[in-house]
Amino acid sequence: MSTSLNRGIQAMIEQIDAPMATFFSSCVHCGLCADACLFYTETQDPKYTPIHKLAPMRRVWQQEFTFWGKLLSKLGLSKPVTDAELAEWEPLVYDSCTLCGRCSMVCPVGNDIAYMVRKMREGMVASGHAPDGLKEATRRSIELGSPMGVTINTLKAHIKHAEQETGLVVPLDQEGADYLLVLSSAEIANFSEIIPAVTRIFHQARVSWTMASDGFEATNSGIQIGSSDLAAELVNRIVKAAERLKVKYVISPECGHAYTALRWEGPNLIGRRYPFEVVHIIELLDQLRSAGRLRTEGMDDTRMTFHDPCQMVRRGGVIDQPRNLLNMVAPNFVEMPDAGIQNWCCGGGGGVSANPRADELRLKVFSRKKSQLDAIKVSTVVTSCSNCRSMLEEGLEHNHMDLNVIGLTELIAEHLAPAEK
Amino acid sequence: MDTQQLMDFVRGPGLQFAAAVFVLGMVYRMLHLILLGRKKNLAEPRGGEWGPGLRTIWHRSIQSVGLTPRGHFIIIVGYVFHFGFLITLLFLSQHIDLLRTLLRFGWPALPPGLITIAAILTIGAMIALLVHRFTDPVKRLISDYQDYLTWTLTFLPLLTGIMLKQGIGLGYQQMLIVHITTVELLLIAIPFTKLAHMLTTFSARWYNGAIAGYKGVKV
Repeated sequence: MSTSLNRGIQAMIEQIDAPMATFFSSCVHCGLCADACLFYTETQDPKYTPIHKLAPMRRVWQQEFTFWGKLLSKLGLSKPVTDAELAEWEPLVYDSCTLCGRCSMVCPVGNDIAYMVRKMREGMVASGHAPDGLKEATRRSIELGSPMGVTINTLKAHIKHAEQETGLVVPLDQEGADYLLVLSSAEIANFSEIIPAVTRIFHQARVSWTMASDGFEATNSGIQIGSSDLAAELVNRIVKAAERLKVKYVISPECGHAYTALRWEGPNLIGRRYPFEVVHIIELLDQLRSAGRLRTEGMDDTRMTFHDPCQMVRRGGVIDQPRNLLNMVAPNFVEMPDAGIQNWCCGGGGGVSANPRADELRLKVFSRKKSQLDAIKVSTVVTSCSNCRSMLEEGLEHNHMDLNVIGLTELIAEHLAPAEK
Repeated sequence: MDTQQLMDFVRGPGLQFAAAVFVLGMVYRMLHLILLGRKKNLAEPRGGEWGPGLRTIWHRSIQSVGLTPRGHFIIIVGYVFHFGFLITLLFLSQHIDLLRTLLRFGWPALPPGLITIAAILTIGAMIALLVHRFTDPVKRLISDYQDYLTWTLTFLPLLTGIMLKQGIGLGYQQMLIVHITTVELLLIAIPFTKLAHMLTTFSARWYNGAIAGYKGVKV
């Protein structure tokens, strides 16, 4: 057995905890998870059945954790997991799973399959079987500070523009502020209009905030590739910045996996509780709304809908907040079929968008989103994840659909009432 | 060994052994799973674990979210099988008599005709599920030898039971010995196969709901 394979299998063994072993024990191979996965529904290829993506790790569990499995292994009668098998499974585990967790919602025996795939990736990356695109993104995150290669200088240029546009100061490294805002790399690279939008909203709502030059980026490729060590290093940058600036809250950006990384996995990755709270930007805006500090004027009559990012709803528990905000400005807001907790993924979460090998498949399975949107005939899609937003734009373009895609924070900023003197 | 001795064995030490393997095996299996433990979650919770965990145990029994035709088939036929099996097991007067000797309490039986209908429906559902496992591309791909082994072990007590009841095949005594033996094989197999889902399903659902509930996901 090669060293890397051994390392991968050991990593899988270490990942098997009570829920994981219980899930493997409970699977009755009913195949219902297939119908919950857009990679299966849109291709009808059985290899995309969610639980099938875990087959090698299931054997590791059987051979290491069950009576018969251990006995058969000792007698040399079991089939060990091989490098070739893990190589074959790599596209299943990475290209055709966005960790969206829709399968986890429908499994009749209650298996949280997304939780399982997240853990299997730890073994895959340890054995060297992770996609090159995602490896590169992770390397850029560690070495340059961002998977898309944006640097503090890029951010500073955007800050300068935002200050010119708004006539307001964008605070950077301001110690003692209440909130530290971190962004996603996609926001900095492609949707930098978020910076003036947030600046204007926080000015109106009198939020004490800052950004940090040593922790401005929350996209976490470590989570996506399945390397807890690297994920911890990325989270730690933000934690250190927040502690240096003594903030009370860190604002997670409009980025699904950044939210999961920062809010739910972060303290477990670094092995301690945070001395601050993490709040999603949409949660914060809704808190400001209910406190009467966020005031809008005018309405947008466009027929629009909201795309729920998986990591915010199923995996994050933020469902009502975006709707409360939309109701402030969008009288013609309509829900798409399966909206909310059962919404279908954009196809690019969980590191799929950082993996060019998966592009063709990702655009193919966008047909699910297309049919959701076709059913309601809207002209604008609002979302609250910059990765979903990029994926929606690409998917719509690919399907020649003339729809506008905007971020929720910017939509609110466009309708902001003038600040009180 | 003559028929009577064989009968005494399967009803006596045989049954005791099978029941002991079943009970102790399941206790071991459940303890082993629970004792694997989970790392303490250091993220600030947004909700509780117990409520959503218990709710998920219940909800996964009644949900039908976004089912496709094949999903409806699996759920409906799965329901017929599970309920039919439980009714046959728990409400046939002879079964209740046996359980009364073990548990020291009993309950009213259902009419034998109704049990026969339940058993036939269960057998029908099992055959339908097996055919589906062979013909559905998803299920065919994800199935392994255990799926067919456990199907056989579950099917045999039903088949021999109905043959016994209807006087098909061997004489009553011999058929009863065969029937009890198939039940004992099933009992012994449960803790070591996917049939352990009869208990692990509940903890799996609990974990699923608890993981979601901790994050404030409404389940």
